[in-house]
Amino acid sequence: MTALTDPPKESFRLSMLIYDTRYRSLTIQVVALFVFMLMAAWLINNTAQNLAELGKPIDFGFFTEPAGYDINQRLIDYDNQDSHLRASFVGLLNTLLVAFLGCLLATIVGVLVGVLRLSKNWLVARIMTVYVEMFRNVPVLLWIVFFMAILIENLPSPSDYRGDNPDASMYLWDSVALTNRGFYIPEPLFSRSLGDLPVFGAFNISIDLLALVAVLAAGIWGAGRIKHRADRIQEETGERPTTWYQSLAVVVLPVAAVLVFLGFHLGYPALKGFNFQGGVHMRNSLIALWLALSFYTAAFIAEIVRAGILAISKGQTEAASALGLRSNRIMSLVILPQALRVIIPPLISQYLNLTKNSSLAIAVGYMDITGTLGGITMNQTGRELECVLLLMLVYLTISLCISLVMNWYNTRVKLVER
Amino acid sequence: MKNSVILGALTAAGLIAGAAGAATLDDVKARGKLNCGINTGLVGFAAPDANGEWSGFDVAYCRALAAAVLGDPSAIEFVSLTGKTRFTALASGEIDVLSRNTTWTLTRDVDLKFTFLGVNYYDGQGFMIPKGLGVGSAKELDGATVCIQTGTTTELNLADFFRVNNISYEPVPIETNAEAQQQFLAGACDVYTTDASGLAATRATFENPADYVILPEIISKEPLGPLVRHGDDEWADIGRWTLNTLIAAEEYGVTSANVDEMAAKPTSNPEVNRMLGTEGNLGEMLGLDGQWALRALKAGGNYGEIFEKHIGENTPIGLARGLNAQWTEGGLMYAPPFR
Repeated sequence: MTALTDPPKESFRLSMLIYDTRYRSLTIQVVALFVFMLMAAWLINNTAQNLAELGKPIDFGFFTEPAGYDINQRLIDYDNQDSHLRASFVGLLNTLLVAFLGCLLATIVGVLVGVLRLSKNWLVARIMTVYVEMFRNVPVLLWIVFFMAILIENLPSPSDYRGDNPDASMYLWDSVALTNRGFYIPEPLFSRSLGDLPVFGAFNISIDLLALVAVLAAGIWGAGRIKHRADRIQEETGERPTTWYQSLAVVVLPVAAVLVFLGFHLGYPALKGFNFQGGVHMRNSLIALWLALSFYTAAFIAEIVRAGILAISKGQTEAASALGLRSNRIMSLVILPQALRVIIPPLISQYLNLTKNSSLAIAVGYMDITGTLGGITMNQTGRELECVLLLMLVYLTISLCISLVMNWYNTRVKLVER
Repeated sequence: MKNSVILGALTAAGLIAGAAGAATLDDVKARGKLNCGINTGLVGFAAPDANGEWSGFDVAYCRALAAAVLGDPSAIEFVSLTGKTRFTALASGEIDVLSRNTTWTLTRDVDLKFTFLGVNYYDGQGFMIPKGLGVGSAKELDGATVCIQTGTTTELNLADFFRVNNISYEPVPIETNAEAQQQFLAGACDVYTTDASGLAATRATFENPADYVILPEIISKEPLGPLVRHGDDEWADIGRWTLNTLIAAEEYGVTSANVDEMAAKPTSNPEVNRMLGTEGNLGEMLGLDGQWALRALKAGGNYGEIFEKHIGENTPIGLARGLNAQWTEGGLMYAPPFR
């Protein structure tokens, strides 16, 4: 008979932290973490001490002082007596504007070019290859400066529109003026405006705009319901009812009604004094930056889209065409939905790149957050460390937000596994 | 025994204090080169000449300083800086001295922690516009598009001027003088504003300078001068007295042509003798040698010579001396005594 004996009870000894493989990796990690924290602490302490010795301790008090400088493109009210904080906020909105417009255009152009690069038409495919290689292989800063130079040198200046026999004329029934100071386009105006809604007392949002967005969203939701119903009827009876005019009416009619109710009309730009007055002024700094960033990033997106499409096995296309689908339906129903899963993750990083590259704005004098907070404010107050730290924090926040949204979208389109 | 320990400690303390205080001069000497911050390109003030050598009014000061400290006016590492990058470069120690038409203001002196070494050009902000626009006064500029170098005092003056006169404008921020020129000539802005001297210098490079006018309004005081970091008074003294040497030499009639002769033996003017080291030991007090002022003056001549050579009336820039004449001739240039 054998007696079960307990293994000898081990007591914990300090040397086991090194010699026992169960604890060793933990020990190493703790030590490494400790050393890292020590280095970080030393760095921070050193910086703070040096700044204190220079007589410039870290201080964010300058934010409430009047900025003293003007900003040409402002999405919210601002004048040079407002604080540095507000100036930074104006810059932040400008960054977000160009990032948003840039991502939008880059996606449209990128998807188009990516699909066309796979075209069976030899000429189209080659032209797209040339486009991709040209934009991808030249630094984006050069593209920005290049676009700006084209706009400045090629377009007429406002003074060319002057006189009885002007050198230049406006486009689209005298509603659009293209000048080397930017594009002047008609602006939407409301004769029975609902006024503005103050947000935190900091800035105003037009209630007209909110009303329009709300009605449009409701319309799109309504169209979604109609499509849902059509799907159900199709599944039950095999016949799909014609719904396009219903959807169109649900989206368009309420919006049109609201526009009429608000007294919508267009304000046209007109030459007055030194410049065109009235209308929306899209400055050429915005246009140059927007186009350069978009076309540059679109070249990368085109490659991502092409890779995504090529990643779908040819058997899928053949199977779909065996079922009798036409080639454009194969693309939209079979290939693209699957390709999106491959496309989205690298697309996120392209969006992030575009947003971060927008900090090159100062090359063309576009007043983004790098130009205001990281440029003039930093220069006038001499608070380099504070401004740069804050700037990094701002870009980090923007990037994380974009990642968050895109990751959410990615989980929605990814293959649902059962 | 005890005494020697105390003495030793004192010596060590003194050495450390000395090292901390005179660091810039020692650094420059050890490096054998002066790091001088200048404009990215403004004809007359700092621009590369046909041989690729930097020259100009601001550059001449760097050359005089390098000659005084290192004995060689070409022992300089020039660092081109924009209005935006100049202060960071100086504060971080990338350059030893900034000589880039920089306005002396309280904020820069006190809050940005810089020491201005004096004024080498009394300037003011002006406006340049094409003649064809038919504008005679800056107050008629309501609604104009104005090109402006970002990160400068002119940016703030401009905002103040238009606010006080209750007129509006559209600022177009640009980084360098060259970009401003491009936009201004293409008509992308109606007005270019910067220091009046800079306007004159820029206009001189235009194909048809006569087609552009500088408006009569000078909207600010812009005393321009070289500057160094806070915290090294010895280095600031050297820089300040090099500038004073250039100004005083003009007053006393010392030029690059006769300076050798005057330094050879004491002259009848004791001030000149002390400056050129034939009398007293002012050079040693600065931590240099007796010949420092001689070398500084031989580099490019006195203040008047430098002015005439780079920006004076016989150059394309054609600036009159005006406020920048010697005090004896009704100007503001006035060097403290060498004593």
